[in-house]
Amino acid sequence: MSDTQDKQHGHVVETTKRKRSVKHKLTWLYDHVRNEWQIYLMLLPTVVWMILFLYKPMYGLQIAFKDYSIFRGVAASPWVGWEHFQTLFDNDQFIRAIGNTIKISALNLIFGFPAPIILALMFNEVLHAVYKRTAQTIVYLPHFISTVIIAGIVTTAFSPTAGVVNTIMGWFGLDSIYFLTRPEWFRPIFVGTGIWQEAGFGSIVFLAAIAGVNPSLYESAVVDGASRWQMMWKITIPSILPTIIIMLIIRIGNIMEVSFELIILLYQPATWSTADVVNTFVYRQGLQSGQYDVAAAAGLFNAVVAFVLVMTANTLSRRYSRTSLW
Amino acid sequence: MAMNMNLYSRGDKIFAIAVSILIGLFTVATLYPFIYIAAVSFSGGFAAAAGKVVLTPIDTTLAAYKYVLSQPKFWMSYLNTFIYTIGGTITSLLIIIPGAYALSRPQLIGRRFWNLFVAFTLWFNAGLIPFFLNMRDLNLLDSYIGIIIGFAVNAFNLILLRNFFESLPQSFEEAARMDGANDFQILWKVYIPLSKPAIATITLFCIVSRWNGFFWAMVLLQSEEKIPLQVFLRHTIAFLSDDQEFTATLSTQPYSVESVTGAIIVCSIIPVLIVYPFIQKYFEKGILLGGVKE
Repeated sequence: MSDTQDKQHGHVVETTKRKRSVKHKLTWLYDHVRNEWQIYLMLLPTVVWMILFLYKPMYGLQIAFKDYSIFRGVAASPWVGWEHFQTLFDNDQFIRAIGNTIKISALNLIFGFPAPIILALMFNEVLHAVYKRTAQTIVYLPHFISTVIIAGIVTTAFSPTAGVVNTIMGWFGLDSIYFLTRPEWFRPIFVGTGIWQEAGFGSIVFLAAIAGVNPSLYESAVVDGASRWQMMWKITIPSILPTIIIMLIIRIGNIMEVSFELIILLYQPATWSTADVVNTFVYRQGLQSGQYDVAAAAGLFNAVVAFVLVMTANTLSRRYSRTSLW
Repeated sequence: MAMNMNLYSRGDKIFAIAVSILIGLFTVATLYPFIYIAAVSFSGGFAAAAGKVVLTPIDTTLAAYKYVLSQPKFWMSYLNTFIYTIGGTITSLLIIIPGAYALSRPQLIGRRFWNLFVAFTLWFNAGLIPFFLNMRDLNLLDSYIGIIIGFAVNAFNLILLRNFFESLPQSFEEAARMDGANDFQILWKVYIPLSKPAIATITLFCIVSRWNGFFWAMVLLQSEEKIPLQVFLRHTIAFLSDDQEFTATLSTQPYSVESVTGAIIVCSIIPVLIVYPFIQKYFEKGILLGGVKE
């Protein structure tokens, strides 16, 4: 009997305690909100915006597993499981788009990644300050020019009759080529345009790293009679290696992100075989042909692969440098 | 590394000169496409269409500019770009500045969660189709508001500013709190004045991305009177050569598809060139502020 009573008693005590602590917490929360409501009010627009424009579309991603109809809407459309993914992986165009995405990214990595590093190393060797400054101002500029303008310039310059590229080729007796209809020319033009637009701006990060190198290293090298060439290889490059590796990891993490806006502006059916990437495929299937569910599935595939890559990259860079990217 | 010239050996000098020449070549190569397109825009129609223009205008004429500037659609799209740029940038700042301040507050309950909530959008994106369908569900297709609000917040800018706020010394804020200032007053009178470089950086990032933005404007806007300059340019490049009204004038007018395209490109680059010196002051520091964080 007394045992039960004890238990009951204990139970009552515990409940009161919990009640008291809940009450305590509520009072604390009430005071906190009363004192600090302003910061929550300030956070509110950001949170509402993100839910409305970024998280709600994530909820809408379920159409990748549904037979989506505009009239039924996202929630009421019937589930179809992995059907759209099956359709996609049976579709040669989709497989080709994955291949093209990886190939274009690989080319960007091989040619586009070293370009800003080489540029930064060269800027570091230029002695004339005004010359250096002027050159920097100019090479940063294309980064701020819109994709449409870039595409307009490329289209005009590579045009078969009006373009300067064919004009110059004509001086050397070469036959005119309609570059933008030739699949084998698409990737070189696209990757080259990317280097022209981003190499200069990309060099800023490496120049900052070079500026952070301890000057005493160079001073003692000068005493030892080292040449600038030797100093570049023995001091500058090893010192900025951590930055190079972090930037490389970021690049690999973003391999699924090919600048598809430029591709949409430059490609045409004749060059789809080398130019069509996952995002341009999604654009055509979904926004141009209205097959929203299949296109959303393709986009989801891309986003999941990209997410895994970015997360891996972030972990690697954290481990490598104890520096998290965000 | 201010090093004395006489510390350089002869080999070093040759190396420095070779590098300077290579830099010069790259700079010229960067500049050339702009010079080329400007030369095309000032050239006569036949010369431009026949590929005669290489460096300087041939049969110099302003005909392409006269044509472009006489198009009501051009002016309308120019005005629209200003509306999207100014409206969009102000909206972005109104949301991002208070948001970044709140996220930087240590007393914010669930601060880790909210920061993750923001950062997650950098890593995972629902993609084109769900975003488009969402805009349609929200009734924001073909509307100014859709373009202005729908792209207002960018997690990268938000995190950049939050990091900057977090790095500010606490002492100013404590002094203001002693005087009885609330959070809005502290943000307005302490944080914003101390954060001018960071705010200038994100403002300029917003302006540039708004001025250049084209993809979603092309997808979301159907009415011709709402399209921005970049979409107008895109229409010109893609469809002008098929426009019979336009091609009928080619035999009598000294312009061509190429020179008209060039003229629109020059007109839309000019504002960028005007703000560029101001941007340059900030972006070199700006990208380093945001990217890699200890």
